[in-house]
Parts: sequence; C-alpha cells; structure tokens
Amino acid sequence: MRTRDLIGFARRAATGNPLRTCLLILAMAIGVAAVVVLTALGDGARRYVIGEFSSLGTNLVIILPGRSQTGGFNPGNAITSTPRDLTIDDAQALLRGSAVHRVVPLAVGTSEISYGGKLREVMVAGTNAAYLEVRRLALAQGRFLADGDWRRGASEAVIGATIRDELFGVEPALGQLVRVGDRRFRVVGVMATSGQGLGMNTDELVIVPVSLAQAMFNSNTLFRIMVEAGSREAIELAKAQAIDIIKLRHEGEEDVTAITQDAVLATFDKLLGTLTLAVAGIAAISLAVAGILVMNVMLVSVTQRTAEIGLLKALGATGATIRNAFLTEAAMLSLAGALLGYLLGQGGAALIRQLYPTFPAYPPDWAVLAGLGTALLTGVLFGVQPARRAARLDPVLSLAKH
Amino acid sequence: MSAALIELAGIERVFYLGDSEVHALRHLELRIDSGEYVAIMGPSGSGKSTLLNLLGLLDHPNTGTYHLEGRDVTTLSGNEQARVRSERIGFVFQSFHLVPRLTAAENIALPMTLAGIAPDERNRRVAHALKDYGLADRAGHRPDQLSGGQRQRVAIARATIMQPAMILADEPTGNLDRHTGEEVMRLLEELNARGVTLIVVTHDTTLGARAHRQLLMEDGELKHDSATPCAPVT
Ligand SMILES: Nc1ncnc2c1ncn2[C@@H]1O[C@H](COP(=O)(O)OP(=O)(O)OP(=O)(O)O)[C@@H](O)[C@H]1O
Ligand SMILES: [Mg+2]
Repeated sequence: MRTRDLIGFARRAATGNPLRTCLLILAMAIGVAAVVVLTALGDGARRYVIGEFSSLGTNLVIILPGRSQTGGFNPGNAITSTPRDLTIDDAQALLRGSAVHRVVPLAVGTSEISYGGKLREVMVAGTNAAYLEVRRLALAQGRFLADGDWRRGASEAVIGATIRDELFGVEPALGQLVRVGDRRFRVVGVMATSGQGLGMNTDELVIVPVSLAQAMFNSNTLFRIMVEAGSREAIELAKAQAIDIIKLRHEGEEDVTAITQDAVLATFDKLLGTLTLAVAGIAAISLAVAGILVMNVMLVSVTQRTAEIGLLKALGATGATIRNAFLTEAAMLSLAGALLGYLLGQGGAALIRQLYPTFPAYPPDWAVLAGLGTALLTGVLFGVQPARRAARLDPVLSLAKH
Repeated sequence: MSAALIELAGIERVFYLGDSEVHALRHLELRIDSGEYVAIMGPSGSGKSTLLNLLGLLDHPNTGTYHLEGRDVTTLSGNEQARVRSERIGFVFQSFHLVPRLTAAENIALPMTLAGIAPDERNRRVAHALKDYGLADRAGHRPDQLSGGQRQRVAIARATIMQPAMILADEPTGNLDRHTGEEVMRLLEELNARGVTLIVVTHDTTLGARAHRQLLMEDGELKHDSATPCAPVT
C-alpha cells in the first residue's frame, strides 16, 4: 500500500468514528497541555525569582554575622546567634580589599515617623551613599544621602513613596523636617515607587545615615554588609578578601558568613528547576494514561472492525499492511492530540501571562519537545499491540463476524 | 482439455469446539479447470463455505494439498498467500462486505489501493468498471446510499478489478430479491463467458442449475459431481 493511501485510509478510519476520535485526541491533548502549562508555571517561577534577585543588584557579596556550617544560602543564617557583631569599622575595613569596589553597611530597625501630627510605624534602614547604586534603586525627587564619614552623617532622610504619600499627601516633602524616633531629620529625597519585589520594599522605608540609625537603636552592630565586587569575575576574590579582612579584625576567628548572589541564584535555580522537572513528570503521567487509553480504544476498534480486517485480507492485504494501517491511525490520533495540546498549553501559558504580566510563564523548549515526543511515542507504542492483533486476525473468523 | 486451475487432494478440515470435533470437509478430491462455471450446493452446515474459503486461501486444510495453477499453495507463506488472493482471486459475499465509510468508487478501488497500484491507473480502471456495472452516477455514494443490487454490483466490480483468474461467490444473491439476484448472476455469468472461472455457492436450485457443473456437498463430503457421470453411491 502506498504511504499516501495508507494515511488516507487511516484518516478515513479515524474520522469514521468522530466521537471516539475526538475523545482520544482530547485525552492526548490534555496530557500535552498539562505538560506545557505546568512547566511554564515552574519555569516561570524560576525565571521570576532569578529576575527579582538580579534586580537586587549584581556582583554582590553579602556579609552576615555568624558562621553557617553549610555553604550556600540558608534562610536560617539570618537568625543564627552572633558570636561577634559586625561594626561600621568592619565595613570600612572591607574597602581595603583590591577586588572590592563599593561597601554598603546596613543597620535595620523599626521606629515611628511623624510629621504634622501624623504618625506611623516605619522600617528604618541606616546605610551610606553607595546604597542607592549598589541596590540599583531610583529616586523620584531630591537626592540620596550625602557621601561622607560613615561614623558621623548629617540628619538627613530619604523616604519611600508610600511614606511620602501618607505623611505629606499633595504637599511638597523635600526640605521638610520629620521626626523619626527621638530625632529630627530633614527630608532630602523620595524614592521612586519600587512596585512589588523581593527583598526590602523601599516604598515604606526611611533611609538615614548608618551612624544615626545605630544611635537611634542604641546599638553599634550592623544587620549586614553588602560588598560590591568590581566585576562578575572578581566576586569570588572579593568574597575571600572580605572574609580574610573580617577574620583579621575578629582575632583570627572566621565568624561571619559571606554569601554571593550567584550562590543564592544557583540554589534557587536548582530548586525551581527540579520543581519544574517534577511537575513535568507528573504531567507526563497523564500522557501515559492517555497512551493506555489510545491502546484500549484501538483494541476495541480492532474488535469492532474485525469484519473489515477480514475483508481487507480477502482482498489481498498482507498482515503488514493491516498493522501499518492501524499504527498510522494511532500515530495520527496522537499527533493531532499532541498538536492540539500544544496549542492549548501555549494558550494557557499566554493567558497566565496576560493575567499576571510580571510572571514570565513561558514553557521551556525541552518541556515542549518532551511533551510532544512522549505523546507521539506513547500513542505509537500503545498502538503496536492492537495493530499486531489486527494483523494476526484469522480472515475467515473475522469475515464470519458481522 | 484445458489446464487444471484447482486441484484438491485428500483435503480434511476439522474444527475443534471444546471436546467435540466437527468434520467440515472430509477426504475431498476435486479438480476444477480454468474457465469453468461451478455451483456448490447442499444443505446448511454441509461445508460449502468452508470449501470456498479454502479455495480462496482464507482457510487452511488440516491435511491434503491444494494446487492452484499448478502451484502448491498450502505451503505458501502468509504474505505469498495474500499476493495470490490479491492477484488471482476475487470474492463476492452474501452480505456484500463493503467498507461503509468509503464511496462506491473507493470500495471498487480498494484491492488496487492495497496492492499499491498508482492512483492514475486506479482511477482509469474504476471509471471503466463503474460504467460497465451501470454505477457511473453512483461513484461518490457510500454503501448505505445504495440499494442491495447496487451494493452487490459494487462488490462484483471490486472482485474483478484486479482481473483475477477466478471469482468465488458465497451465496451472492442470498440478500437480494429474485429479480435483482438474476441480474447479479447475469453479471457473474458474463464474466465467466469472458474466461473467468466462476465458483458459486447457492441454496437456490434454479440458480444452481444454470451452472455448467454442480457439486453437491453433504456433511463435509462431496456427494455428487455432475462432471463425473457415475456419482459415488452411498
Ligand atoms: N470457525 C468454525 N469453527 C467451528 N466450526 C465451524 C467453523 N466454521 C464452520 N464450522 C462448522 O463446519 C461445518 C460447515 O460449515 P460451513 O459454514 O462450511 O457450512 P455451509 O455449508 O456453508 O452452511 P450454510 O449453508 O449454512 O452457509 C458446520 O458444521 C459449521 O458448524
Ligand atoms: Mg455458508
């Protein structure tokens, strides 16, 4: 039988029973669509997190007080007991590292801000002038903290967009005096709206010079130190130098943890990559189920079409021809299902992107290929047995049945 | 005397149903020459269909040999037998056995499609056959849109489209009224007149009498053969 005739014959056989064919294609399509949508979600989550982390700033080494045994990122690091505190002097000393480009000390606490009788609780971040650039933040108005001695600092504050709206409304904020805790600060700048994001949201933040923040919280410790390396390649060196410098200052004890953005990213990347894979695996099970469905429906179809198979044999069809006809039909059903599922899946992913514009829900190429491939393979594999059964049918017995 | 088309020797066909054995054919010896017109008759269950299936290579004897055009076909492989069916044998069935989703033209073309004949050649031959069998205006109709007589004409066109050496018809008029049955038989006889060997199973004695030779089956045995003057006596 010619290939074209074989395909035509299989197509006629498939369309001859539209309900059966539609159900099969649908089952296959749901499997493939599940793979596409679920991996789009998983991979989207991975990209989203990585994108957010990257926006925190690049080439960063973050120094935390306390030593963590395991390398890499561990959320528990932030709350381990601190053997020796990090100080502004520690931070300043880090500038000696040749690979270190900029250093940002960070002291954090909560306090109250008041202006014109309005009062609200705020997060206060004590830092220095480099903070703005290291964190890749933007100002809406005014300027950022002035560069100068980290231990002194003028009584100036930069406030977040939400704080500005709540305290000042339509009035100009720049140049006004606000009270934060028991101190007065002059507002010199307003941060641009940051939108939602990971890490500290600057919208509800008041940024003041680090020394004043420490005085306000009555402590001389730092929450962490951000070290920016000169380049991506210098990150590891900057990290080593930072640890060495702190160790030297802490009587030879390595009691800080340095984490690099890369390590954090790699961990999340791996974590969410594994998640995507697992999700793809679960979705693939639905494909296997679809494959078994194809097999059963094809087996039923062989039984229903025994008379036809007997006839084809009487008309001179070989076993191979009959087998190929059934295999072609199974492959066509799977192909149609896989394509439909691909379109549905891409449509679903597009819908998710439409609903959540910040979420990059694109299915990864490998998942799309694997989904389509698995669908075709299961369809054909599970089509083999019915096809062989059809090919082996005894023509007399099959003709007798009608 | 013309060449032997079919030679059966010592054919036995036994069906096993659980513990019981059914001897559908017993020590059958038969020779049919090329171009003959043979009617196979006998009561129900006497083995007529079994014999026809055997002749059409749809079934195998338990013992005995079957020579078709001088070649022992019982020992052929499945694929070789399929080829013989395709090229040398045409079947006509009582219940037509048309593929319901294919049009009349496609049903007629089916043996050629299966044999891998090019579409151009197929179309040419189908157009010819449609005209010969008075189906020219029915080419695009599906079987359920055709009358019984038209369906059987499609089936006959299909059986002859590969220009076989013999036509095997199992009660071809069984599902047709008298008049339509006559018409179908006339078509088959015209084929025989052009040299195709025609073997028809029938219950109808008047139809059977039209054949040049009658075989009477009974309980799996060949009871009477009009070609041998002295029939074996019971
Ligand atoms: N596949 C089979 N399995 C078991 N027994 C069978 C099978 N096919 C035929 N037989 C038996 O073989 C015998 C001959 O059957 P066959 O179909 O040849 O009869 P027939 O002469 O064609 O009858 P009818 O005129 O009713 O068509 C019957 O007893 C039948 O029951
Ligand atoms: Mg019969």
